[in-house]
Amino acid sequence: MKINNVILRTVAKLVSFIILTLAVYLFLSGHHSPGGGFIGGLVLASAFVLLFIVYDIETIRTALPFDFKKVAAFGALLSVGTGFGALLFGEEFLSQTFDYFDLPFFGETELATVMLFEAGVALAVVGVVVTIILSISEDV
Amino acid sequence: MTTLIIAIIFPFIAAAIIPFLYKYVRRIHVGWFALVVSTGLFIYFSQFIPTIANGDVITITLNWIPSYGINITSYLDGLSLTFSLLISGVGALVILYSIYYLSSKESLGHFYTYLMLFMGAMLGVVTSDNMLVLYVFWELTSISSFLLIAFWYQRKRSRDGAKKSLLITVTGGIAMLVGFIMVGQMSGTWSIREVIGNVNLFNNHYLFIAAMILVLVGAFTKSAQFPFHIWLPDAMEAPTPVSAYLHSATMVKAGIYLVARFTPVFGGESIWFWAVTGVGLFTLFWGSFNAVRQTDLKALLAYSTISQLGMIMSMFGIGSAALNLGYSTESVAFTSASFAALFHLVNHSTFKGALFMVVGIVDHSVGTRDIRRLGGLITLMPVTFSIALIGSLSMAGLPPLNGFLSKEMFFMAVVNISEAEFFALETWGILLPIIAWVASVFTFVYSMILVIKTFLGPYQEEKLEHPAHEPKPGMLVSPIILALLVIGIFFFPNIIGKNLITPAMAGIFPNLAAEGAELSESIYAWHGFEPELFMTIGVVLFGLALFFTKRYWVGVYKLFPQKWSFNVFYSFMLDQVEEKSTGFTNAYMTQNLRDYLVYIYLFFIIAIGGILIYTEAYQFELPTNAAISNFELITALAMMSAAIAILFAKSRLTAILLNSILGFGVAIFFVLFRAPDLALTQTIVESVTTVLFLAAYYFLPEWKKEDTPKKTRGTNLVISICVGVVFTVIALMVQSGKTFESISKFFEDSYELAGGKNMVNAILGDFRALDTMLEVIVLLIAGLGVYIFIKLKNNNKEGEQYEDK
Repeated sequence: MKINNVILRTVAKLVSFIILTLAVYLFLSGHHSPGGGFIGGLVLASAFVLLFIVYDIETIRTALPFDFKKVAAFGALLSVGTGFGALLFGEEFLSQTFDYFDLPFFGETELATVMLFEAGVALAVVGVVVTIILSISEDV
Repeated sequence: MTTLIIAIIFPFIAAAIIPFLYKYVRRIHVGWFALVVSTGLFIYFSQFIPTIANGDVITITLNWIPSYGINITSYLDGLSLTFSLLISGVGALVILYSIYYLSSKESLGHFYTYLMLFMGAMLGVVTSDNMLVLYVFWELTSISSFLLIAFWYQRKRSRDGAKKSLLITVTGGIAMLVGFIMVGQMSGTWSIREVIGNVNLFNNHYLFIAAMILVLVGAFTKSAQFPFHIWLPDAMEAPTPVSAYLHSATMVKAGIYLVARFTPVFGGESIWFWAVTGVGLFTLFWGSFNAVRQTDLKALLAYSTISQLGMIMSMFGIGSAALNLGYSTESVAFTSASFAALFHLVNHSTFKGALFMVVGIVDHSVGTRDIRRLGGLITLMPVTFSIALIGSLSMAGLPPLNGFLSKEMFFMAVVNISEAEFFALETWGILLPIIAWVASVFTFVYSMILVIKTFLGPYQEEKLEHPAHEPKPGMLVSPIILALLVIGIFFFPNIIGKNLITPAMAGIFPNLAAEGAELSESIYAWHGFEPELFMTIGVVLFGLALFFTKRYWVGVYKLFPQKWSFNVFYSFMLDQVEEKSTGFTNAYMTQNLRDYLVYIYLFFIIAIGGILIYTEAYQFELPTNAAISNFELITALAMMSAAIAILFAKSRLTAILLNSILGFGVAIFFVLFRAPDLALTQTIVESVTTVLFLAAYYFLPEWKKEDTPKKTRGTNLVISICVGVVFTVIALMVQSGKTFESISKFFEDSYELAGGKNMVNAILGDFRALDTMLEVIVLLIAGLGVYIFIKLKNNNKEGEQYEDK
């Protein structure tokens, strides 16, 4: 069954970029306002899910040639790895730190190691959600 | 001095890099890289020999979970150093050998990754001072050895052997963990050094004996002591380099390390003495007795390893008796048994490593290890023969080889202890030298079998798969080095004795060492016409007699009924567990979702509701902290009507949409209660699940109104009402019950402590990151679970072709 869904596709193209931007914003702003790794990852995954629904899986597979299982595994590894990273500096497992840096273009910016941890969380969420949805949709 | 920690982490880093090297650097055999790592470690550990021989120890602590006193403390004393040198040194030789042994068609990336993981885990075990960290590394050795044994996982026997070793060693490991926790509770610390220091404060505790037995179970399973020895022969399905490494030099010696390390804690108790000595001696006898009848060379070596491990174990048991007596000349005499144990540990690694490699060479060369098909290889493989001869004679305990020295010391120790007057040794002591002597006769016999049946006698080319020939020179390098060590240690034993074993003795008997006891021994090849010399002569004479009359008495084995062996017991248990659990699972898995929900809810009602009633926590006052606004009231009413409407929904689509009203309603409540983070998450989760539902909607079967009997409906109604009541009570109770001070004050510091204005995220990422990390892992496992279940269903037919017929 092929239905003509030009409008849907056009809108989806636009909307998915808005969602992607939102995802990045949510991820970056997580330390001070609502957002963070989990939500950022989930929003990112929902952008992919939208694309998967509007287009067929094969098209998106070629456009996004990631193995999402590996993305998930890498995310989990990154989260655990940052925990061990603290050990190398003689700190406790998983302890985080932060400081303020004067970066060009951004001005004074706060950089926190928790960002790496959260990135791991986000990647794990994206990987797991997309893996589940893909494997269920390929099953039927 | 943090280099020590880096050295222990180094193999793990190598394990992470090797898969990439294997993939992208095709011109160089990836084994060379592993060789560099292990050789580097060996050189690194060697440089500590002078420091440690001076009596210094090296301690480095990294905080891990300091609030529970769990820190990664690396502790390098003589005992740790001896084991570290064995692990890295024998490891390097095994890797060198394996480069020539394994063909490049094998998945070498996996092989060396597992091997590096294993090496790191072993180093972690022997250098950890914290008991829980030791346990973590201990289980890592079990897992990595499981992967190594199952390296040829296409073969059913490999998988079974790996499974057996994993089941037995992990069971022992968990017992050991319980023992460690008991020790930790009694002594109030996780540090082994502090436990040893405080041991007088708690050795009358009622848990002391239980902890000792549990720790011993861990050590015995790992070191393949009777009756847990059954996994070791099956583990011989692994590639020969793995057998040489895991089953001669390292993994099985982790148990011995544990016994040595905990001797200052538990030693001196008669239970410890009899358990370690008795089990060790019986294992020595049983292993050597069974080795004689094996027809597979590797199986013969496996039983021989079991018996040698028993011997080392029993010597540590005898040595621990010294702690019972306190500091006196008499007690110090018993410590020589521990000295002999350490010495034999090193010797065993050299000659058994060489012998395993020889067997691998024979297997590689002629394609079989069956001694009924072998024979006459001496002229065709003279170098291999020489190495085998040196290894076997050392194993049999003949001069001028290192096995002779430690075997003499062993005999001396059993003769000494049999004359002692404590631990009921007056009555039973005489059994010790007898068992030791009989077992040594069998050891002599199987050593003869190994050499004579393989290399002498008629050469039967028609029974072999390939004609015999010497292997590539590279394959001979490692066993030649080990064979030279076997001879070298005989002539210069005191180099090892002074530099490695004496400091290691201070690790086993720290209190005696502190009192200035002379724990050092000089090892002499010739020490006069003592009882042990006559015992050795007797072993040789009887051994030769038994070897040449083997066919007359080999029927003795048939007296022992096969159906009573522990192997049969193991298979019986495994079958029973599988059968019973399948039956049980089939009984409750009705393939009806409603039934599963009933189980879950019933459990919920009984567990949570029961606790509520039992603890009388169900009392609550209706909260009056804030007025209910109209907006909240309307949302609540909308949600309630949606929930009720689901019951009467005529189509699936309606039900799905009504269900999402509930979810979005919750999100609205989060907004009303000023929890934007939760609202955001709830909205997105709700959207994604609704989308998922709708995506699958098209493929779902017809929505059928089920006609359930009245009785079932009644039960369902009762269950649902109970669930509702329990939930409501919990929600109300949480409001009024304030058993503890609220911890929310602590999180108000989120900006100062974590630099985050978003308190929720500061909690998730900074304050309680461990929870978040584990949640991520749970999520990953859940995702992989879904993936595997769905893929497995599709691939089932393809998968069958891999099964052996």
